[in-house]
Amino acid sequence: MKSRLRAALPPVVFGVAFFALWEAAVKIFDLKPYFLSAPSKIWDQFANNKSLIWEAARVSGTNALVGLLAGTVLGVAMSFLLSRYRILGDIVTPLAIALNAIPIFVLVAVLNNMYSITSEIPRRLMVTLVVYFIVLVNVAKGLTQVSPTQIELMRSYAAPESAILRKVRVPNAVPYLFTALKISAPAAVITAFVSEYFGGAQNGLGSRITSNIANSKNAAAWAYVLGACLLGLAFYLVSIIVESTATPGGAKRISGRSR
Amino acid sequence: MSTVSVSNLSKIFNEGKANQVGALVDVSLSIEKGEFVSLIGPSGCGKSTLLRLIANLLEPTSGDIVVAGKSAKQSRLDQDYGMAFQQAGLFDWRTVTKNIELPLELKGWDKTKREARSREMLDLVKLPEFADHFPWQLSGGMQQRVAIARALAAHPPLLLMDEPFGALDEMTREHMQAELLSICAATGTTVVFVTHSIPEAVYLSNRVVVMSPRPGRITKIVDVNLDGHCNETTRERPEFFAAITAVREALRASGSHGHTGVGVEDR
Ligand SMILES: Nc1ncnc2c1ncn2[C@@H]1O[C@H](COP(=O)(O)OP(=O)(O)O)[C@@H](O)[C@H]1O
Ligand SMILES: [Mg+2]
Repeated sequence: MKSRLRAALPPVVFGVAFFALWEAAVKIFDLKPYFLSAPSKIWDQFANNKSLIWEAARVSGTNALVGLLAGTVLGVAMSFLLSRYRILGDIVTPLAIALNAIPIFVLVAVLNNMYSITSEIPRRLMVTLVVYFIVLVNVAKGLTQVSPTQIELMRSYAAPESAILRKVRVPNAVPYLFTALKISAPAAVITAFVSEYFGGAQNGLGSRITSNIANSKNAAAWAYVLGACLLGLAFYLVSIIVESTATPGGAKRISGRSR
Repeated sequence: MSTVSVSNLSKIFNEGKANQVGALVDVSLSIEKGEFVSLIGPSGCGKSTLLRLIANLLEPTSGDIVVAGKSAKQSRLDQDYGMAFQQAGLFDWRTVTKNIELPLELKGWDKTKREARSREMLDLVKLPEFADHFPWQLSGGMQQRVAIARALAAHPPLLLMDEPFGALDEMTREHMQAELLSICAATGTTVVFVTHSIPEAVYLSNRVVVMSPRPGRITKIVDVNLDGHCNETTRERPEFFAAITAVREALRASGSHGHTGVGVEDR
């Protein structure tokens, strides 16, 4: 416990110093609010608009969560198909990697044209797609990158393919799934925000940030940014908690991999 | 009746292609029940290939293999042998007990029977207090002992080992060799053991099969007679050194040791 506190100290000190400097810089150089707002002003805005920010966070958060779940389910299902049929993998894997390299969330602009203006579906589809590829690539790796020694052992026990899948490939893929979730959780939140920049209902954190900036309400925009950070953090923390409860000693297991 | 009988066995990889390899050519070998036989030779001489053919993890190009009185395939399906490799190959997500129980699960044993057997095996390899540990919490030597316990869990008449102690330090290795001998003496298991250490082969075996590469074949079989194995002073006795010399000379005569100095260790 003590060592945990000690580990937490440097970032806390850094954070406090950072905000103090920021506050001081705004005061000393008399920076105009449209250029940079003081942290104290942003905090005021955050406190005053708490319920509005919460409402917007719920909209974006729901989109992110729905997409995260749908993308995970689809990604896991597809990775099973891929590991079963090698030919599929040869087609899909390069495609997945290529799609990961381009900012596919611009697709939301196209999707927006396909649904009604108030629909949340395009944003959720966007999140689903981003999460889907992250989960697919990682879980497929976990299902296929199994130690050759372990496969030979299973064959020496006369194990059928189905038993190898259940007893070796699937458990081997579990840590990979959680790694994928840790990457996907923040990515889902970011994708949900960014999707809101391309039109549609103006009810989420992302669209509130842009609309406040458009109205020169800089401190309010920053207050929504703060809300966005907290939402992203919450998603990340939950993904870590899920991992540590589902695979006790998970981190140690990876670092201390036995041969 | 011999436990393993191999006759006129050949294995050619990539036959008819540019990268064709004659891994084994016309190998015949018979291993009696309860015998401990080592395969030794420089890398690439086909030791692992011969072991995998006996295990039916590979199909021969030609020749016959009889294991425990049946075809190699049937004896694999009946789990008539246990196997251990240089990598312990334990499953990180299973406790030590559950690792040992895996082959029994696949045989369809019920829970009580499996648990009783894994307890027995843990006593045999002297790790009873580590039953509920995970593999990554054990040292390399302990992991290898669990792998041996797992290989012997179904009480197979035959144990196939491919350089199982190759990754261990010298002290642990000698200790494991002594333990393996006492386990085999207690269970009456027949062992085929691949190694590239001459002293290891001599210390463990009743017979040392010397092989040479390109193409892989058996060049000599050295009988070792160190009656009363399992003894601390074995490694200091003149018979031990005499047998080491005999194996080294057989390796040199087959042109696989001495000139090149690669592949086989003197330690
Ligand atoms: N799956 C394989 N495909 C092609 N060549 C192989 C394969 N396995 C082994 N070989 C070749 O067969 C020869 C014998 O290999 P191996 O039995 O592993 O030798 P050892 O265990 O004595 O070092 C080597 O030349 C090796 O390259
Ligand atoms: Mg080998």
